[in-house]
Amino acid sequence: MNAVAKKETRADLRGTDDGKTSRNFVSPEVNIFETKDGYVLEAEMPGVNKDGLDITLEGNELTIEGRRAHEPVSGNAVYRESRDWDYRRVFELDPSVDAANIQAKVEQGVLTLHLPKSEKVKPRKVTVS
Amino acid sequence: MNGLTRWQRPDVSVWPTFGRLFGLRDEIDRLFESPLFDLSRSSPLLSGWNPALDVYEDKDNVIVKAELPGMKKEDIDVSLHDGALSISGERKREEKYEGAETYREERFIGRFQRTITLPSPVDAGKVKAQYKDGILTITLPKTEEAKPKHIEVAVN
Repeated sequence: MNAVAKKETRADLRGTDDGKTSRNFVSPEVNIFETKDGYVLEAEMPGVNKDGLDITLEGNELTIEGRRAHEPVSGNAVYRESRDWDYRRVFELDPSVDAANIQAKVEQGVLTLHLPKSEKVKPRKVTVS
Repeated sequence: MNGLTRWQRPDVSVWPTFGRLFGLRDEIDRLFESPLFDLSRSSPLLSGWNPALDVYEDKDNVIVKAELPGMKKEDIDVSLHDGALSISGERKREEKYEGAETYREERFIGRFQRTITLPSPVDAGKVKAQYKDGILTITLPKTEEAKPKHIEVAVN
């Protein structure tokens, strides 16, 4: 899934997106690493699969939104700790990130984003003639 | 604002070790002094992962759901003993990024364990577990005696 640029309106953290429904969001926990080729961002969003993910890039701002797949469970709830909140978090990217080549994949509720650095920023050797 | 820009690692202060004096009181003193980052690493009082659990019941089954994102199914253990279900496992640090520098590490790494008493007796031989989208769903069929029975009312 590639990042989509330019979203017209932005949802408030606790507000409405289409003017009709209001959603509650929680911030997913993330790990961020930097390698010589780029950044890796892992976001934990249990219950979210490819269909529920919305990743947008507006300028330098990366927004990750995950909607939990609501699988109906038969029976009555005896005890509940999980919440029906969806996930949302916004990041400001370093300008060295090559936005056109961001890659995303999701596995068992963890989104992994690879944000490559643009070529000119990578360390490189200079040969002396 | 969360930034993916260069982050300066804060100096980790060295705790003076007073030999045998690392007792509970020192533990509590450290809790009030150390920055939040060190707390989850050094204090056994605060560290620990408690994955969220949900328990549902219908007439045939007890269903338990646990939020365990990013695990491999072989690292998850489910066991049943005396009417209590135990879910445990370990999330290991992955060294898959070569030479990487860590900016932020919020995801929990380590062992977890949760035990929950079930609302009904279940048939241990027929328990099924499924792991999808980071959620572990365990379906425990009730024993025949535990299922609700329909009783006919005779009218004379």
